[in-house]
Amino acid sequence: MTVGYDDVEVGTVLPTRTFPVQRVNLVMYAGASGDFNPIHWNERFATAVGLPNVIAHGMFTMAQAARLITDWTGDPGSMEDYGVRFTRPVVVPDDDTGAVIEVTGKVGEKLEGNRVRVDISASSDGQTVLARARAIVRLS
Amino acid sequence: MPLDQSFVGRKYPPTPPYEVSREKIREFADAIGDPHPAYRDVEAARALGHPDVIAPPTFGIVLSMRASAQVVGDPDLGLDYSKVVHGEQRFVATRPVRAGDRLTATVTVESIRVAAGNDLITTRGDVATVDGEPVFTAYATLVARGTARS
Repeated sequence: MTVGYDDVEVGTVLPTRTFPVQRVNLVMYAGASGDFNPIHWNERFATAVGLPNVIAHGMFTMAQAARLITDWTGDPGSMEDYGVRFTRPVVVPDDDTGAVIEVTGKVGEKLEGNRVRVDISASSDGQTVLARARAIVRLS
Repeated sequence: MPLDQSFVGRKYPPTPPYEVSREKIREFADAIGDPHPAYRDVEAARALGHPDVIAPPTFGIVLSMRASAQVVGDPDLGLDYSKVVHGEQRFVATRPVRAGDRLTATVTVESIRVAAGNDLITTRGDVATVDGEPVFTAYATLVARGTARS
């Protein structure tokens, strides 16, 4: 389960992950995070402010993308630096399937101290949802 | 109207201590749908070298949102929150947040700029234990859409 520094090279591709997201996940995330902005749970409000539908919290998407890394390294505590830019929202319709966030990544640089930089891509419905997403993690 | 540049560098008072509980970490991990045992099982966390269960890497938003609320809600700054979207987020960790931590966040306005008629404000939240041990720094860029047009 754990990945060693010597096992990876620049360009090593992480296993692609897909994460489903439904309305209930956004309600749970609102409660756990304290972010109750109605664009994340109220379709009437979301469409009134010009959104196509309810959208996921950016931080929810950022949390999903982190799992690409934490499940790869095995130790979520090994993530030292993690940043993203939110480009497009993840639109979550009120149906039985919701939306899917697809996350890919590869090693962009090997750093000292057994650290690597992983460059991450995340998309939903064919659209890029995170840009300049990168994490620095410590490997064993 | 563009935001007042004189706010750059302004530091707000530390937030009241927030005590991180095992149950709050579990609730957050459930909410992001992440079953990792290090968020729930003390023994699993210890096996990875942590003294107690740790929080997911983005848990810090719970702390940094409280801190940046001081900036967002500052009437002197006059940010129109109804037009604000989250532009960028970054966490730089000294160590993972863990159960039992008592944390305070001190927020500083890092930069204010205008791009394509939008106001962009970046805040830095330095989060430390009440004993002064640094834990992580959160950088957030908020975008107020169209508010820089006069």
